[in-house]
Amino acid sequence: MSYEGENKIQSTGVQVYYGETRALHGIDLNIGANEVTSLIGPSGCGKSTFLRCINRMNDVIEGCRVEGSVFIDGDDIYADHMDVVELRARVGMVFQKPNPFPKSIYDNVAYGPRIHGLAPTKEALDHMVETSLRRAGLWQEVHDRLGDTGSGLSGGQQQRLCIARAIAVNPDVVLMDEPCSALDPIATAVIEELIEELKSEYTIVIVTHSMQQASRVSQKTAYFHLGNVVEFGDTSQIFSNPKNTQTEAYISGRIG
Amino acid sequence: MSLTFLSVSILVLGAYSFIFGRRRVRHLSARVDVKQHSLDGYHGAFVMACVVLPAFSFAVLWSGFAPLIINDWLREFIAAGSGALTNAEINVLVSKAKALHAGVINARFVGPDTVEAADYFAGLLEMSSYLRATGAIALALAGFYFSQKLIAPRFAARQRVEKIAIWVMIGASAFAILTTIGIIFSLIFETYMFFQQVPVLDFLFGLHWSPQIAIREDQAANPGEFGAIPLFAGTLLITFIAMLVAVPVGLMAAVYLSEYATHRLRNFAKPTIEVLAGIPTVVYGFFAALVVAPLLRNSGADIGLTLSSESALAAGIVMGTMLIPFISSLSDDVINAVPQSLRDGASALGATKSETIKQVVLPAALPGIVSAILLAISRAIGETMIVVMAAGIAANLTANPFESVTTVTVQIVVLLIGDQEFDSAKTLAAFALGLVLFFITLILNVVALRIVNKYREQYD
Repeated sequence: MSYEGENKIQSTGVQVYYGETRALHGIDLNIGANEVTSLIGPSGCGKSTFLRCINRMNDVIEGCRVEGSVFIDGDDIYADHMDVVELRARVGMVFQKPNPFPKSIYDNVAYGPRIHGLAPTKEALDHMVETSLRRAGLWQEVHDRLGDTGSGLSGGQQQRLCIARAIAVNPDVVLMDEPCSALDPIATAVIEELIEELKSEYTIVIVTHSMQQASRVSQKTAYFHLGNVVEFGDTSQIFSNPKNTQTEAYISGRIG
Repeated sequence: MSLTFLSVSILVLGAYSFIFGRRRVRHLSARVDVKQHSLDGYHGAFVMACVVLPAFSFAVLWSGFAPLIINDWLREFIAAGSGALTNAEINVLVSKAKALHAGVINARFVGPDTVEAADYFAGLLEMSSYLRATGAIALALAGFYFSQKLIAPRFAARQRVEKIAIWVMIGASAFAILTTIGIIFSLIFETYMFFQQVPVLDFLFGLHWSPQIAIREDQAANPGEFGAIPLFAGTLLITFIAMLVAVPVGLMAAVYLSEYATHRLRNFAKPTIEVLAGIPTVVYGFFAALVVAPLLRNSGADIGLTLSSESALAAGIVMGTMLIPFISSLSDDVINAVPQSLRDGASALGATKSETIKQVVLPAALPGIVSAILLAISRAIGETMIVVMAAGIAANLTANPFESVTTVTVQIVVLLIGDQEFDSAKTLAAFALGLVLFFITLILNVVALRIVNKYREQYD
């Protein structure tokens, strides 16, 4: 285990190619445990691509190639012996658009524990589902209709269901790819509170287009531009006193 | 005037009136200082619709009903000409007169009465087509006259044209519905006549099918048995075998194509598989009869089984092969339509590719897959050619796939082949079979829709 602020994820020289195009030009970034790190930057700057490197979701994209290495707790996740299934149990992910499975609320949350064989009995599984839904702040709203289909929930509830689904397998790291971009301000506020609570147990990396969100939820911020990390540091410092002129221009709204 | 020539004339008139209407409104607008209500083209389209639509409807309706009336008149003419004739004799004379008119038989082989009837028939036909042409052209000209008088700069041609377009579309959908209703009623009517000769229960629950009855009184034959159970059992047996082949193979092909195959392979393989669907069923039929059936018989002989060369198994296997592209192509489309975000969600949780497909993608695609399968089943039930050639026409009531069976559609063909009296039980049985078959497919479709809707509630 790692204590707060200790390096949880280290990336060294990560380069990503989509066919011939290079999307990331060597990213070196140390992400601390039990804190929230925001990745910000204009569209197409490679922040989502970098996020997807951390749980190797780029593997499924045809023609995508990753160079360099990413270490989680010192293990190189791009090493030959690394099992993607195991990795993704350690690194959960929440997507831009809520994507509950076409199953019941219960089955959505139980899906991860089931495929990883985490719950030996029905009671244990029930317990896991309940804990995850409670942590995701959804239990009060859905406990009496766990059999209903997940897609019947509102957008914000669906996104919290996806968060519950991700944390049900008890990962160390939760990746969030613009988790609030499809939600209204109220649902966004709920999710942001949730992120604040979750950081005590998980290392969270969040891609966001909202400066305010980055400054509200994160302790560290990395500014990406054209496939490079231009500036990385404490969120308070980046937003109040950016060292790089590009970062300053983006944050003050002059580019982006 | 032939229908083709008449249609071309009406279309030419229509094209002219379109141009005329357009120019007319332009001409009128140029002289007054008001804003024109509709674009020039709408005025043209309005005049054209008024010219073409009534004339065409008239010509089509005339062509539909005139032959019935002409036929009646011809019968009356023949009946009046030569005294006491039975209905059947009149029918023969009517056919002869028509054949003579068409030049199929030579005047030397028929009596003078028939020649006279043929002349009468020719006269009626000529008059009919003359009246049709005159009526249609008159309607077109009247439409032209009245519609072009309406044209003015402030005339709301656009609204009129849009209203006409809606009525044309209503007509198109009504056409399909009316045809269905017409077919059902004709089936019901003939079936009713059949059930006056054969009891309903004997037909629906009888276990023996041998419709060979005496056509002439001096023939010796069975009284004829019309138990439809063996036919429906045979249909079900063959359909079942076909589905055993088509569903697993088609589904696995679809999953491979949509989830595993590279783009290049998919672009090549999908159209290639779809070629299977383009092969005429007759070709499948002789493939079944000449390749699959002997193969089954020989391999049966190797393990000591005597198989007939016509079997439900051979027909079912080949029919299943024919249906593979239906299932694979449709399922491939619905599997592709499952959003990528669901696959990402599953793999981000650590699901392997096969877990993702089995537990997330296929359930989400289920409604589409079910409807693909049901579509294939209705194809299988309606299939005739393969069964005739590979499973035979003997109505055995058996569940043994190695025996020869027959299906409803095959029997309908067999019943109607050759010269038959149209009011004998044998011929009418075909309509009864058709009606029952229709009800079965109808129920199947309703059930399919129900299933699809039920799952769609869950999976959307």
